[in-house]
Amino acid sequence: MTKPEFVYVTYISTTPEKVWQALTDTDVARKYWIGGKGPAHMNVSDWRAGSRWEHQRADESRAVDVVGKVVESAPPRRLVLTWARPAEFDDESKHSRVTFDIEPQDGGVVRLTVSHENLAHDAKMLASISGGWPSVLSNLKTFLETGRALDYTGTQAR
Amino acid sequence: MPTKSLPIDRVFKALADPNRRRLLDLLHEENGQTLTSLCDEIDMTRQAVTQHLQLLEEPNLVAVVWRGREKLHYLNPVPLYEIYERWIEKFERSRLTVLRDLKKSLETEGNDKT
Repeated sequence: MTKPEFVYVTYISTTPEKVWQALTDTDVARKYWIGGKGPAHMNVSDWRAGSRWEHQRADESRAVDVVGKVVESAPPRRLVLTWARPAEFDDESKHSRVTFDIEPQDGGVVRLTVSHENLAHDAKMLASISGGWPSVLSNLKTFLETGRALDYTGTQAR
Repeated sequence: MPTKSLPIDRVFKALADPNRRRLLDLLHEENGQTLTSLCDEIDMTRQAVTQHLQLLEEPNLVAVVWRGREKLHYLNPVPLYEIYERWIEKFERSRLTVLRDLKKSLETEGNDKT
C-alpha cells in the first residue's frame, strides 16, 4: 500500500447516491466542478472497471484535460481512477491514482474522502492538483447542501 | 468528528493556537507524517502534540489515514478553503462586479453623448 500525497475530507449533509451522481453525471458535475481559474469540468465515462474516463471542459471546446482508467467502480461507495495527461494515457507508469470513498455517517451526513497517490514523480501535476481539489470539494459541498449552482460559473467559463 | 452544524467556530479555535498552526505548517512541508516524525520537529512533549493533533482533527483540519499500524496525518485544506470562500473570495467578487457596473455605466454614458 503506497502512501497518498494528498488526502482531502469533507462532510456533506446529503446521501451517498447524490455524491456518486455528482462525481459521475456530467450534468451535475458541470455545475460545481470548478478548480481554480478556467471553465467548469465534468467527468465522462461509462464508469465500468477497465473503461476510459475523461475530464472534459464543460464549455464549447469539450477539451480533454485529464484522462485515465476506471480501476474500481462500486456505486455509491467507492470509485478508483487513474489520472494522467491525455498524451500519457498509454503509459500507465505515468498515471497517478485517485480514490473517492463515500461513507455515510450518523445524522444524514456523508464523509467524502479523496486520496491522490503516485504523484511524487510529477511536481507540476502535484502542484496543479493540490490547488484544485479543495475548491472542487468545497463547491461540491455547497452545491449538494444548498441545491444551487454556483453563480460565478458563467463568468469563470469565459 | 465534525457534526453537520457548521464547525467553523472550532476551525477558528483550532487555528488560534500558534503550536497548532506550526503543526499545520509542518504537514504542509511534508504531508502524511506520523506522530513520531512530527514530535521530532517540534519542541513539545508527545502528549501535547497528541492533544493538539486531536484539536486539529475534530474540525477536519487534519485528516487521518491508517497504513497498517501507522497513523498518518494529512493537512486537510478544505475547511480553510471554505473560510477563504466566505471571507475573502466573495469580497473580491463584489469588487469585480463594481468594476463591471462602472464600465457598463461609463460606456452607456458615452453612447448617450453620440
